[in-house]
Amino acid sequence: MILGMNGLVWLIALPLVGFVVLLFIPSEAKKALRWVALLASLATFGVALGVLAQFQVGNPGLQMVVRQPWVRIGDVAIEFYLGVDGLSLLMVLLTAFLTPIAILSTWSAVEERVKGFMLFFLLLESGMLGVFLALDLVLFYVFWEFTLVPMIFLIGVWGGERRVYAAVKFFLFTMFGSVLMLLGILYLGLQTRTFAWDALLQQRAVFAAAQLWLFLAFGLAFAIKVPMFPLHTWLPDAHVEAPTAGSVILAGILLKMGAYGFLRFNLPLFPQATLQLAPWMAGLAVVGILYGAAVAYAQQDVKKLVAYSSVSHLGFVVLGTFALTAQGLAGAVLQMVNHGLSTGALFLIVGMLYERRHTRQMSAFGGIWKVMPVLGALSLVVTLSSLGLPGLNGFVGEFTILLGAFRSTALGSPWFAGVATVGVILAAVYLLTMFEKVFLGPVRHEENRTLPDLNAREVLTLVPILVLIFWIGLYPQPFLNLINPSAEQLAALVQSVAMAAH
Amino acid sequence: MTLSDVMMVLPIAFILVWAVVLLLLDLWLPRERRGWLALLTALGLAVALGLDLAQSGRSGSAFREMVVLDNFAVFLNALYLVSGLVALALGYDYLKRMEIERGEFYAMMLFSIAGMMLLTQANHLILVFLALEFLSIPLYVLAGFARPRLESEEAALKYFLLGAFSSAFVLYGIALIFGATANASVTGVVEAVRSGNAEMGFLTAGAVMLLVGFGFKVAAVPFHEWAPDVYQGAPTPVTGFMAVATKAAGFAVLMRLFLNLFPGLAANLTPIFWGVAALTMIVGNLLALAQSNIKRLLAYSSIANAGYLLMAFVPYGNAQVASQAVSSMLFYLLAYGLTTLGAWAVVVALEQAEGRGLALEDYAGLGPKYPWLGVTMLIFMLSLTGVPLTLGFWGKFFLFRTAVAAGYVDLAIIGLLTSVISAYYYLRVVVIMYMRPGEPKVRRDGWLNLVAIGTAAAVVLLSVVPVQVLNLAAQAVLRLP
Repeated sequence: MILGMNGLVWLIALPLVGFVVLLFIPSEAKKALRWVALLASLATFGVALGVLAQFQVGNPGLQMVVRQPWVRIGDVAIEFYLGVDGLSLLMVLLTAFLTPIAILSTWSAVEERVKGFMLFFLLLESGMLGVFLALDLVLFYVFWEFTLVPMIFLIGVWGGERRVYAAVKFFLFTMFGSVLMLLGILYLGLQTRTFAWDALLQQRAVFAAAQLWLFLAFGLAFAIKVPMFPLHTWLPDAHVEAPTAGSVILAGILLKMGAYGFLRFNLPLFPQATLQLAPWMAGLAVVGILYGAAVAYAQQDVKKLVAYSSVSHLGFVVLGTFALTAQGLAGAVLQMVNHGLSTGALFLIVGMLYERRHTRQMSAFGGIWKVMPVLGALSLVVTLSSLGLPGLNGFVGEFTILLGAFRSTALGSPWFAGVATVGVILAAVYLLTMFEKVFLGPVRHEENRTLPDLNAREVLTLVPILVLIFWIGLYPQPFLNLINPSAEQLAALVQSVAMAAH
Repeated sequence: MTLSDVMMVLPIAFILVWAVVLLLLDLWLPRERRGWLALLTALGLAVALGLDLAQSGRSGSAFREMVVLDNFAVFLNALYLVSGLVALALGYDYLKRMEIERGEFYAMMLFSIAGMMLLTQANHLILVFLALEFLSIPLYVLAGFARPRLESEEAALKYFLLGAFSSAFVLYGIALIFGATANASVTGVVEAVRSGNAEMGFLTAGAVMLLVGFGFKVAAVPFHEWAPDVYQGAPTPVTGFMAVATKAAGFAVLMRLFLNLFPGLAANLTPIFWGVAALTMIVGNLLALAQSNIKRLLAYSSIANAGYLLMAFVPYGNAQVASQAVSSMLFYLLAYGLTTLGAWAVVVALEQAEGRGLALEDYAGLGPKYPWLGVTMLIFMLSLTGVPLTLGFWGKFFLFRTAVAAGYVDLAIIGLLTSVISAYYYLRVVVIMYMRPGEPKVRRDGWLNLVAIGTAAAVVLLSVVPVQVLNLAAQAVLRLP
């Protein structure tokens, strides 16, 4: 407890405090604006670490709960209801960790309308943390929808050439998914007279008959956000057009909101429907893994390549989720963190290259390692982490997922995992090809000979990520200890339903 | 006529007297002192608002049940009066710079508001018709107030012709109802229906006629054709006033009459309401997509919003959700009213003489160049889209909740999907404001800023405490016989 307020409330409030402070700083004072935003996000990260310190490892339930009635309609209350468990804690930490890094990466990349950028960035952080912390469905929806507003500005104002198209497409796709979720939320509220997550869990029987529809209503919103094949078409546009910091947050955190939504709501609230649809979802996930990998391989633009690799990597997360085994679920959560770290770092690297050369075509590079050895070395680690080299973080997540999916009774066939494994190989193909084209070989372009290597600030944005990449890769147990109790509880819940069905 | 009768309609009576006084005063005031009239009108509206709010909690009828007073009327009357005040603020500078400031503007405004209030309190079908005309005729004049601009005259003529047409429908409906029940007072008709002395076929036909007539007033599809042209041609402060107050008045009389007179006809009327609501949501939103003029865009947006409101009214015959329907509609009217008035204030700020400054392109660069005005417009567009942390989100939330509670999931799905469509055209305004470079010309006007910032602040801040607003709407119950 800090200042008598729950840490979770502070997590959401601190970025807003930064927001208010920023309002009073004149827009010419770019330095002050950047520092205030950075400090606000660092303070938020500090609180997130405080939350981690208070978190009881081994307790699968909700912790540090804050609960206040907010809107009372008749006999139903919408509550301001926050809490963390093993599923959300790492997401909260990831959000608080990546935001200051993303802000630091904008130091020289964003020169225009700095004030607006920082204002929206802090709003976005507050909204994302709210999504992972909210346990009341309406509150969740409020945060979920609200994150769209800063994001459309970040893409649309500070993005690339086709930024407006990408921003509007992003907004409309996401909103299309979420309005049906709102319908599902309204229905649940009317049936059970509550919007609280745990109360709904108790009253599952009340809406059991409509499970399939509810699963689809929620699932569409989450599947678009993840994004799952074939709903992914907004992603390459949004990722490519977004400014570097926007891409980092988009890939690192916003996509996880969809995967997290499946874990938090679809699985526990609609377990029969989950079991029924698991092979379909896993099938789409496998298609996404292969399709994303194949399309990534075909790209000439590094940023597009990384964007499509997200489709592939998130496919693993969904596969692990719908394996419905404790291992698969734990792997999915860990892989969400891993993808946030690796892909976030990849986008940072692409941003650094772009700042120097103002192009992202692989053909414009080549032999960069010779010119920028520091960037080359760091990029190698990140690339290897992304393709799942043992000893780095990506391997742990993907391996756990594949193991979980292989043994899954819900999927009923080891082939899902078997085919998905091909995706691991493909990832090595397209990522190493990219690395080779950009960093290895002779320096093909004269203008590349004089590129300055990373400065201290840029190194500082990558190093924390690399530390975690090695840490998770070599000693993942502390992370799994955080996840496992909740993952096991969730798997047990779904499996008990499966037993009852037989 | 006793004193207590007069007390029931005191705000209306006050406004009428005040309007006549202002008309006379206009003759004596020198030209350069015209501004006084606006201030005096505002004073009159403020006093009437005070009188109106003082009546909250009271309930009763007067003039032999010709008019009733209930919290429903108090709530809506306050909405009309506030819209009137805002319209005055929007017009204060606008009328001068467009060189159309004439004293009649203020009197017409007051007459129209008095008509709306009377319509809301009317408990007799003849009085309903009189009040409807009383609110409409000054509006025809106001729509044409930018004479000799052709669009304004066209707007007035169109509004007048179609308005007269719709009044005829209402009158015909009243005649049919009278024929069916031998009664024109609401209480009498209800009694006749209850005792089984009503010819149900004619009664249903009458109800449908009323629906058509009021459908014109609230601009529901397929009776919406006049709205875009009239909204575009009328002086912008008048448009803002019509978009909020007239629409609210149309819904007020719709709610009062249908809940009172025809709960038994719900089985026959519900499919009609269903169709009109669905059509209005779909057509309003689809046509808004194609607009490149901000006034027309907001006109189609107001049509679409009528659809959302009607959606909640479809289950009016279902006693379990009827009160919820009314309160969620009143909430929505308030949310929509605040948002729309603010948006019209921004439109007025950008409008130039001869109808320039109204194209969407004229908003390019507004966000960075005029941060305050840009942010307020952003808030209004988000609120109209229904994005959380605005009042518009809760408005939609409660409306859709009513529809789902009544079992109209199909309508709710249509409503939700069309609101995704609406996101596209509201976003276009945002995109142009913030993501296109430009040099917008903005009129600096303290009153406009006050309205824009005040309504934007209300739209955001009230969304944090929506329940207090909802309770206000929930207390605004209709007095049922």
